[in-house]
Amino acid sequence: MASAITTLAADAPTLSAANTGFMLICSALVMLMTPGLAFFYGGMVRVKSSLNMLMMSFISLGIVTILWVLYGFSLAFGTDSGSLIGWNSDYVGLSGIGITELWDGYTIPVYVFAVFQLMFAVITPALISGALADRVKFSAWILFTALWVTVVYFPVAHWVWGAGGWLFEMGVIDFAGGTAVHINAGAAALGVILVIGKRVGFKKDPMRPHSLPLVMLGAGLLWFGWFGFNAGSWLGNDDGVGAVMFVNTQVATAAAMLAWLAYEKLRHGSFTTLGAASGAVAGLVAITPAGGAVSPLGAIAVGAIAGVLCAMAVGLKYKFGYDDSLDVVGVHLVGGVAGSLLVGLFATGGVQSDVAGLFYGGGLEQLGKQAVGVFSVLAYSLVASAVLAFLLDKTIGMRVSEDDEVAGIDQIEHAETAYDFSGAGGGAAARSTAAPTPSAASKKVDA
Amino acid sequence: MKLITAIVKPHKLDEIKEALQAFGVQGLTVSEASGYGRQRGHTEVYRGAEYQVDLVPKIRIEVLVEDSDAEELIRVVVSAASTGKIGDGKVWSVPVDSVVRVRTGERGADAL
Repeated sequence: MASAITTLAADAPTLSAANTGFMLICSALVMLMTPGLAFFYGGMVRVKSSLNMLMMSFISLGIVTILWVLYGFSLAFGTDSGSLIGWNSDYVGLSGIGITELWDGYTIPVYVFAVFQLMFAVITPALISGALADRVKFSAWILFTALWVTVVYFPVAHWVWGAGGWLFEMGVIDFAGGTAVHINAGAAALGVILVIGKRVGFKKDPMRPHSLPLVMLGAGLLWFGWFGFNAGSWLGNDDGVGAVMFVNTQVATAAAMLAWLAYEKLRHGSFTTLGAASGAVAGLVAITPAGGAVSPLGAIAVGAIAGVLCAMAVGLKYKFGYDDSLDVVGVHLVGGVAGSLLVGLFATGGVQSDVAGLFYGGGLEQLGKQAVGVFSVLAYSLVASAVLAFLLDKTIGMRVSEDDEVAGIDQIEHAETAYDFSGAGGGAAARSTAAPTPSAASKKVDA
Repeated sequence: MKLITAIVKPHKLDEIKEALQAFGVQGLTVSEASGYGRQRGHTEVYRGAEYQVDLVPKIRIEVLVEDSDAEELIRVVVSAASTGKIGDGKVWSVPVDSVVRVRTGERGADAL
């Protein structure tokens, strides 16, 4: 991220066509993560609210894109003010930036950096939505997203990555968004659900995922897009760091998937599909802050540790009684915290920066810095998000009525349903679990 | 006439169909069903949360036969449907007052 400024500061800014092309592709890959996330979440909810879940992610591509261009990029990456926020009127509407304008030390146009960062801003509020499944008014969600990115995401992105941001200046390592994206979104999710409360029937009704294939599709798209998210965060690949990040992303994710599966096989007796998808995402989350600082072996350790921790953490909601519907806290907050802190242990001191963690000859200093980064973002996001949700709840109301929630939020909020089970014989054929189809005719009706 | 109804495991459908054809049955009706017997469904686990699924998928097969064939046909179905494991299902027969072939208006045994 912005750390590239310091590393390459000695070089005169020269536009690299290779890096620019690479970064445009990475930006497109990160964009794909948001619809991927929509499928990941959408498959995990019940049929009656699956469209709403897809929309809560997808709408972010609309709202946040516009706000980012209007003022978000300026707040996050404009000239620093008090280490807390940025501003640069040239960035408003992205109107005063020349298309080949470069920052000192960068080899890609500011414009390209802005679109790459835009995709991060888009997915972060979408991540929160998984905790709110089935029960939030769509209009309230739109307003929350707009307010949240303005009050929480843009400033936090400045703290972590902006030149002059206080966490950045302190030396907190967040290669690709463990703090700014995952801890931020996970803590926000916790803040909001503490305000809006549980789903009707939480802990009583079965709330099984309606489509695990959709979950797998989403997890696959996330994994694929994450190469842009992580490998792109070096903003070029002149020195191979981007490639290290690519390898680390792959091995940490693999290790986390295996670790999650091993944990649940021991604990619950089966290797589940949802466990494989969840483990992969947990690994992706954990390697995000750490991937530029660790070796591939370190990445395996980070992934495996995060896989087990997150698998254990998803049970906490039943213990503590808060309804984090799709485990945003258990996967993104816990995974993000794990990855960010593990930098302090596994940083090798030879990849993205000279910082060495405890296991590689460094002391506890970096671990301390990482902890400051983790807990300041966690606390700020948790409190600010809870306050925003509280204000919205007291004004326009955050939740749909209990009747509408039970009947299904898709119909009341979107005037649609996800699947058509109607038509003579269609219902039976659509729900078929038998190998042979009883009637070819009913299949035709369904198609 | 008798109506034979069999509630069986879905994967046994093909075998039962073949056995019935070999026996000389002209037609049958198959529908999906769900329910439970003594085994009471199964448990599914999602991220560690366990759900008890009571109703398990079954196939219902219905065949109309003449009284004289009923016993033998039940034996055929039971033999084809059996795996020896729990949840194999049930077969029963009930008397039928009248049957009409819609196309021709034939009644009784002629309509089968």
